Amino acid sequence: MKKQLSIYLSMGYPKLDTALHLVPKLEKEGVDFLELGLPFSDPLADGETIQNTSSIALKNGMNIDLYFEQVRELRKSVKMPFVFMGYYNSVLSYGVERFLNKCRESGINGLIIPDLPIEEFNTTIEPNLNGLKFHFLITPKTEIDRIRYYDKLSNGFIYAISSNATTGESSAIDEGKKAYFQHLQKLNLVNDVCVGFGISSKQDVDDVYQHGFGAIIGSKFLKCLAIGEDEAINFIKEIRA
Amino acid sequence: MKNYVSDKGYYGEFGGAFIPELLYPPVKELADSYISIIESKEFQTEFKDLLKHYVGRPSPLYHAKRLSEKYKTNIFLKREDLNHTGAHKINNTIGQILLAKKLGKTKVVAETGAGQHGVATATVCALFSIPCIVFMGEKDIERQAPNVARMKLLGAEVRPASSGSKTLKDATNEAIRYWINNPDVYYLIGSVVGPHPYPDLVARLQSIISEEIAAQMHEISGKENPDKVIACVGGGSNAAGAFYKFIDQREVDLIMIEAEGMGVNSGSTAATSQVGSPGVIHGSKTLLMQDGYGQITEPYSISAGLDYPGVGPLLAHLTSTKRAQCLSATDEEALEAVKELCQLEGIIPALESAHALAALKKIQFEPNENVVINLSGRGDKDMTTYINNIAL
Repeated sequence: MKKQLSIYLSMGYPKLDTALHLVPKLEKEGVDFLELGLPFSDPLADGETIQNTSSIALKNGMNIDLYFEQVRELRKSVKMPFVFMGYYNSVLSYGVERFLNKCRESGINGLIIPDLPIEEFNTTIEPNLNGLKFHFLITPKTEIDRIRYYDKLSNGFIYAISSNATTGESSAIDEGKKAYFQHLQKLNLVNDVCVGFGISSKQDVDDVYQHGFGAIIGSKFLKCLAIGEDEAINFIKEIRA
Repeated sequence: MKNYVSDKGYYGEFGGAFIPELLYPPVKELADSYISIIESKEFQTEFKDLLKHYVGRPSPLYHAKRLSEKYKTNIFLKREDLNHTGAHKINNTIGQILLAKKLGKTKVVAETGAGQHGVATATVCALFSIPCIVFMGEKDIERQAPNVARMKLLGAEVRPASSGSKTLKDATNEAIRYWINNPDVYYLIGSVVGPHPYPDLVARLQSIISEEIAAQMHEISGKENPDKVIACVGGGSNAAGAFYKFIDQREVDLIMIEAEGMGVNSGSTAATSQVGSPGVIHGSKTLLMQDGYGQITEPYSISAGLDYPGVGPLLAHLTSTKRAQCLSATDEEALEAVKELCQLEGIIPALESAHALAALKKIQFEPNENVVINLSGRGDKDMTTYINNIAL
């Protein structure tokens, strides 16, 4: 797999329309695909950083209608894949079928819904997926049989969480994580694997690449973005150097 | 014990386990083992023994004669307020701590709203020498200071939840996040909410309330069942417990009272079943208060224990199938009910339970009906609110 770099962006943060000018720049800097986060009032799987960016985005007025509008606008000029990342209640409230149609229409390519496990996915999203990819999350505690099951069902990359933690709470990549990556690598999964949660430096990214995986950066990028867009772009340059 | 939940954790359309993959292992461990553990003879012996000698069960079913006279029917109060720690919450924490022990867990995390569940958790953790962390909304820490002190005295660490509305919903988010980051701890949830199997687990542990009501009713009146059972509902654990045995007994009217706050349409309410719609909160599909975009809205009630934007999936199912009737009472009506019970029966109820008492003014009773009100807790913790809101 090519050394893929993905960035997570909270849509509507720090300003309501930040994504509209930031995303083209990210593509120019060599980001391979984006996770576009729809802010939710109660983001259970997120640490403090994304809780804050979500809450600011909501205060700025971000909502699901505006989210799709911005995605459609971006799709006019941006080629890289967009992955929707949000919580299931937002999908349910919008209507599952309507949501999936809107994803396809506006230019979303895949979905990550961290609070929708496979047991619920089968009866809700799956029957209407129609060409969209669904990215399952696995953790160091996910049993091999379950990983294989996800691999069989997946039509896109599998999202490997680097450690048992909410987003942005995990420490740097240590021996324990490396052992986990080796274990994953040996499974020879059919689908690509991208590693996220706790990826915050060039060193982390290189470690992930060494195992043939893609890297996803969320909280650290948003922390840079809190300082300023230049800081955020420079961070990407550093990773891509 | 009668089972109401499907294998996937559903009551009709409500329930399930909408959890991040990170929580799959501990939730599965619990789901696979809870029934066999809590139905084992060993568990039941220890559970019943503690409920009797430590909690003080059975709690009395008290015939409130002056209240009955006023409302021209037979009113019985199920005195959960007389339990150790002052509320029904301890029935659940005793059960879950025994379960946690059986699963080999060495640390407990919990959330609390009014602090009653936090105190009940801190109590059983002290009893079994298990370290415990209780998350509590910053706003609740302010309005329930005595319970914060109780938890600390009992050796629990109280962590303020400063996100969102800084109340029970956010304390629950924080407790779940702590659990994600520390999957080996036991999450001791306080109500019939959360991902399967928690709603069923807590309902089963609280069902001792309705078991006792049935036996006591029979002893007092010679009748098998009461005619009506009334309980307040936030998450719904005391209602689930008071209803459980009667769910299949259609002749028993089940009546839930939610906290209306300043009024159902005031924008300051916690009457979830009236203003809510189906959604997912804390891992469960249920009725919840949300805006048009699916953002969970902030509930309001004078009572910290009812200030929750969701309701347990079992109760959502009972109301949506019309098996239970759902009413609501405002802050003001609850405060009136506090005064009334104090003056007529010499009992100071918790603000939560006062909502159930306020239902008396909203229901037409037959003169010879047997009506049970679950008096879920005592009012000691609410004295500051009473001092500030009731002319003494």
